[in-house]
Amino acid sequence: MLTIKNLHATIEGKEILKGIDLEIKAGEVHAIMGPNGSGKSTLANIVAGNEAYEVTKGEIIFEGKELLEMNPEDRAREGVFLAFQYPVEIPGVSNATFLKTAINEIKKYHNQAELTPKEFLSLMKEKSKILGMEEALISRSVNVGFSGGEKKRNEILQMLMLNPKLALLDETDSGLDIDALKIVSNGVNLFKAKDNAVLVVTHYQRLLNYIQPDFVHVLYNGRIIKSGGKELALELEDKGYDWIKPELVESETVYRS
Amino acid sequence: MNRIPEFQNTKEWYLSSFRKFEEKLNGESKSFLHDLRKEALAQLAEVDFPTTRDEEWKYTSVSPILKQNFIPAFNIDKQNVTKEGIKKYFFSGFDFYTMTFINGIYSEELSDLQNLQKGVTVNSLSKLLRSNPKVISEQITKFVKTENAFNLLNRVYSTDGAVVIVPDGVIVEKPIQILFLNGHNDKLVLSIPHNLIVAGKNSQVSIITNYSALNSSVYFSNIITEVFAGESSIVDLYKIQNENDNSFHYEKVEAHQLKKSIFNHYNFTFGGEIVRNDINSTLDDENIETHYYGLYLGKGNQHIDNHTFVDHAKPNCMSNELYKGILDNKARGVFNGKIIVRKDAQKTNAYQQNKTVLLSKTAKINTKPQLEIFADDVKCTHGATVGHLDDTAYYYIRTRGIPAELAKSMLIRAFANDVVESVKIEPLRDQLNHMIFEHLHRVEIEND
Ligand SMILES: Nc1ncnc2c1ncn2[C@@H]1O[C@H](COP(=O)(O)OP(=O)(O)OP(=O)(O)O)[C@@H](O)[C@H]1O
Ligand SMILES: [Mg+2]
Repeated sequence: MLTIKNLHATIEGKEILKGIDLEIKAGEVHAIMGPNGSGKSTLANIVAGNEAYEVTKGEIIFEGKELLEMNPEDRAREGVFLAFQYPVEIPGVSNATFLKTAINEIKKYHNQAELTPKEFLSLMKEKSKILGMEEALISRSVNVGFSGGEKKRNEILQMLMLNPKLALLDETDSGLDIDALKIVSNGVNLFKAKDNAVLVVTHYQRLLNYIQPDFVHVLYNGRIIKSGGKELALELEDKGYDWIKPELVESETVYRS
Repeated sequence: MNRIPEFQNTKEWYLSSFRKFEEKLNGESKSFLHDLRKEALAQLAEVDFPTTRDEEWKYTSVSPILKQNFIPAFNIDKQNVTKEGIKKYFFSGFDFYTMTFINGIYSEELSDLQNLQKGVTVNSLSKLLRSNPKVISEQITKFVKTENAFNLLNRVYSTDGAVVIVPDGVIVEKPIQILFLNGHNDKLVLSIPHNLIVAGKNSQVSIITNYSALNSSVYFSNIITEVFAGESSIVDLYKIQNENDNSFHYEKVEAHQLKKSIFNHYNFTFGGEIVRNDINSTLDDENIETHYYGLYLGKGNQHIDNHTFVDHAKPNCMSNELYKGILDNKARGVFNGKIIVRKDAQKTNAYQQNKTVLLSKTAKINTKPQLEIFADDVKCTHGATVGHLDDTAYYYIRTRGIPAELAKSMLIRAFANDVVESVKIEPLRDQLNHMIFEHLHRVEIEND
């Protein structure tokens, strides 16, 4: 589904990603972990199309298409979704208007019929129920006055409504209380299917108890320095990142010699 | 060095036209108002029209206004306007009383004041001058401070305007929507209403002034509005200015507030080639509240200047001002927010904010807070920001599949939201939102 090859990226002249290779297949769940500032959000945002970053090398192929040549809205229409680490508030635009516009724009792109107001409303009700969100939230402005946890929940609501092929969840677990974490994870698990894929960025193994990853990658200083199965997350929880770092030094030494 | 007035000829024109005007006035020339007119005429002879050398007009050149000799509406033939024809101009979806002025002159046929509550006066200035001049003479120009040549021009030639007088204890149930329709088929018309709003003790009134154009002709709206908010009264004054893009618009609002009164002024600017608002409030007693909300939308070559002045003269009052602007193309905005806290005005709370978004590289704003604080125990904050639509939010919206143009519209809505939300009349809010997109030629979004 997604193939990232030798991706290098800079922001304001500073190199953040220094050669990322990643392959995500349909039906898989990947987790990316790594210390603060290592480039996790950068990676997710480059896939989603944030123009603030400059890709200096490499390519991203999504469902056979060159993603880097598309604007963010076309990527979304092709099926990429990013749940933001810091969701944005849009005063004066209701959740319903926002999502209806989004869904119908995506439908238009695929030459599909737009949802009728009734269809939309019942879909909205169904999905907000999964996330335990009150109906009143539907008519409220996007994320305005939402608590940190509610904003994260709202990101997952948007994911369920837009039903993407690839969902990138950037620290969706941070700021959630234990009950909310279960509810949100449940939402993600209901979404998971053979023909889509999920990439979660997280600092905590806790989330991975609920959303079981097939692969765990460690991003460190702009590179994936280790990949493994879900047991890698447990190991990280236990030992932190220090124990992997030497491997990096080693491989660099090898490279230089 | 002797300063040579730039527009001596224009002034001469206005001074010399007075005789002709006076002849047409007939019997009315014996009213007390006419004495004030002659006073103003004498003053006008002494005062020059402002230039950019005047601090108060530094960024606003009025020379395009002075290149034309406008004719007072009173001196030219009336435009043919029908009740059916003006329907489209009204804000609707709620109950209201209506008054209609064509080029600043009242039209009874086009107004509807049926079932007005007892004791409430809603009438035209010219009619009241004949029937009950006392109610006007007691109030009008009572608190007038400095007047510039435009204000004097209004006072010399104004024959009409909207008058609303609410007796003590009365809450006017419906808003009063006052439509000012301007423009003339073949003449350069000067529309110069002089409006007067008097709210008695414990009274409440909501007034919507709606400035629109009859056609695309060049004209000059030069308005004076005086507001007296009596003790514990609440006055909501909405101004929705949607003149045509060839016209010039200037209004001076002079509000005088008494103890515990609340004055809310909502100022929406859409139209006009050169627009200037002078909005002044004097808080002349304790526990007064003043709120100024403003939204200005400029496109093309529009020039929009808002000068506000809150004068805190007594202790324990609060004023809150929020002015926002969206400027596209080569539009130019000016904001000058003056606040004086006088020596006696201890425990004053005064807030002021001006935020402007520039949608193009060629749009421009000059913004300046002007705080003069002479009391020591006050809370006073102000802030001004100028920027572009938020990049992160723009990106966020597009990651949901929403196209760039629509994303911008959403951000425009988001930016204007707090000012629009301050409007208490809900159907009016919806219509304002619609006008924002229409004016800026943006894709509309409609909330469910
Ligand atoms: N707009 C920007 N300008 C300058 N530097 C930036 C910008 N955005 C990100 N960076 C830098 O890029 C690096 C990677 O940031 P990124 O947000 O991708 O980290 P992260 O791995 O998601 O961290 P965290 O776990 O704290 O969310 C950081 O050093 C950060 O300071
Ligand atoms: Mg991050």
